Amino acid sequence: MKRWSLYIGRRLLHMVLTIGIIASVTFFLMNALPGTPYNNQDRLTAAQLDMLNRKYGFDQPLLQRYVSYLKNILHGDFGISLQFSDQPVSMLLSQRIGPSMQLGLQAVVFGTAMGVLLGVLAAMHQNRFLDVFCSLFAITGRSVPNFVVAVLLQYIFAVALNWLPIGLWNDGFRSTVLPTLALSISPMAESCRFIRTEMVEVLSSDYIELARAKGMSEIRIAFSHGLRNALIPLITVLGPMTVSLMTGSLVVENIFAIPGIGEQFTKSILSNDYYTIMAVTILFSALLVTVIFLTDILYQIIDPRIRAEGAK
Amino acid sequence: MMKRNKEMTKAVSLVPDSAFVPCKPGETEAEPPLPRALSFLEDSWRKLRRNKAAVVTMILLLVIAALAFLAPVIAPFDPNEQHLSWKNLPPKWPHVSIDGLNGTTLFRGRRVDSYALAKVPEGQYFLFGTDEFGRDLLSRCLWGTRISLMIALVAALLDLSIGIAYGLFSGMKGGRWDHVLQRILEILSGIPSLVLVVLMLLIFEPGISSIILAMTISSWIPMARVVRAETLKIKQMEYVQAARALGATDAKIALSHVLPNISGIVIVRAMFSIPSAIFFETFLSFLGVGMKIPNASIGTLLNGGYKVFRLYPYQMFIPAVILCVIMLSFNLFADGLRDVFDPKMKEG
Repeated sequence: MKRWSLYIGRRLLHMVLTIGIIASVTFFLMNALPGTPYNNQDRLTAAQLDMLNRKYGFDQPLLQRYVSYLKNILHGDFGISLQFSDQPVSMLLSQRIGPSMQLGLQAVVFGTAMGVLLGVLAAMHQNRFLDVFCSLFAITGRSVPNFVVAVLLQYIFAVALNWLPIGLWNDGFRSTVLPTLALSISPMAESCRFIRTEMVEVLSSDYIELARAKGMSEIRIAFSHGLRNALIPLITVLGPMTVSLMTGSLVVENIFAIPGIGEQFTKSILSNDYYTIMAVTILFSALLVTVIFLTDILYQIIDPRIRAEGAK
Repeated sequence: MMKRNKEMTKAVSLVPDSAFVPCKPGETEAEPPLPRALSFLEDSWRKLRRNKAAVVTMILLLVIAALAFLAPVIAPFDPNEQHLSWKNLPPKWPHVSIDGLNGTTLFRGRRVDSYALAKVPEGQYFLFGTDEFGRDLLSRCLWGTRISLMIALVAALLDLSIGIAYGLFSGMKGGRWDHVLQRILEILSGIPSLVLVVLMLLIFEPGISSIILAMTISSWIPMARVVRAETLKIKQMEYVQAARALGATDAKIALSHVLPNISGIVIVRAMFSIPSAIFFETFLSFLGVGMKIPNASIGTLLNGGYKVFRLYPYQMFIPAVILCVIMLSFNLFADGLRDVFDPKMKEG
């Protein structure tokens, strides 16, 4: 037990360290960026530039700004946005985190649920039509980038058929359908493939044979005996899944004009909005590191064999 | 070490010389001649041939690669040559009269011959149509595929070399070195690669080399991990211990014993890293931080097509189909290779 808590402590320390390093690296990278964050920099005179720099504190020495930046982050202050009329970045992002979270959650839940279902069906019909179909689907889902899927969905269901809104976030659930579908393709493909491999293994084990001998129906065997054991390792792919969702959200949110974090990030990249870029980078990294940490811990709690190894 | 060697020599000489008796000619049966041993490549090829999907995709990839690299020769137009009066022409194929491929567009419910309207001379075909500046899309697709493939190949090669070097070093050194290097990897892998790549691209001058560099910065990490894990495994093997007993240095063991034995896994990983590099390139260009216009890459073509896809969907669909075919082929081919080189490896 002591080793276990030591392990968690070490991992937590790593997490903090990682986020700290990322914050520092982005800070210095931002300062190495060419150009200024001011939209109309060509028309500014030297005196005006000077005044602006003083206003935003860009005239102070780099190291001093670095220290005060880190200090402010600890207080939850990410500076002010240089593009959106001097709003605090933390406020800007907290307004936008809702849509992103909703989309991400919907995509993960829908994607894994469908993926697990398809994976189980494929394993039950191993090497038959349904299996081939599912593996084709999985490899297509892995190969086709989600922004292509997003654009195709948008064209088919919004432009050609006119069933669903083409974008924006003003039609309640209806406007979340297409982006969720586009984002859920990759978790769906990933979990389908994963569950199929696990299920094929589980379904050939002795206790399944026993259940079969007792006359249980195939569906009951697959879902209540097999799936339970095949689901555990799925936790390990949750981390990579979150990453792919984050990447996806950057451009999918753009395509559907959703007021989320990803869209904010692309906007701030194209306009050198230092503080927003830094804040989103730190947010994304923190999210990623936390998800990886949580999945590792969760996996070890569920599977004692791994815990013994990890504590070593 | 020396002491152990001496003891081993002693152990060998414990068998008295008189126990070895020379055999008379004709006393033993001649062994049947062994079938010629298959080389690594021959054996792999035999196994790969059995996988139909892998063979088909391999041929497809070879064709695509050939078309792409011959782009300067076979492209009918200069990819950046503009004909403003011929802009946004739909695809037109010789002797094909299917709507969508015959150069007509739907205009207020009626089919209109766009080529006649734009006064394109008879016998002039744009197989993939033209874009908003009247540039030939076929030529742009050929050149774009060429650039995207080039970026992906170079990036995969760089990943491979850095990953192998780092992984081999970490695995062979072991101990404190390994510990420190692995902690560094752990921290690096916490950085979302996409964000890092975008940041790097903001700093470098946009262009092919900076895209490659930015992608390499984050994508060598999985390769280094795999190589290290395999190195640790192979280090325990008896033949490595034998080599060490014979006085081989770490570098020698790494290069001539470990590396050949992990090559299968490394090849498979490298094959998987090509499609992900292609994905990154298209993604970045689609976002607008990758290749700069007017240079064609699959990403910039998609980006350009997306801007007008409600009016001229073919400009978006054609690059999208090309991208999907390439990605699918690489993934299927890599799957086939994995079955050949690393049958024990689980999917995932």
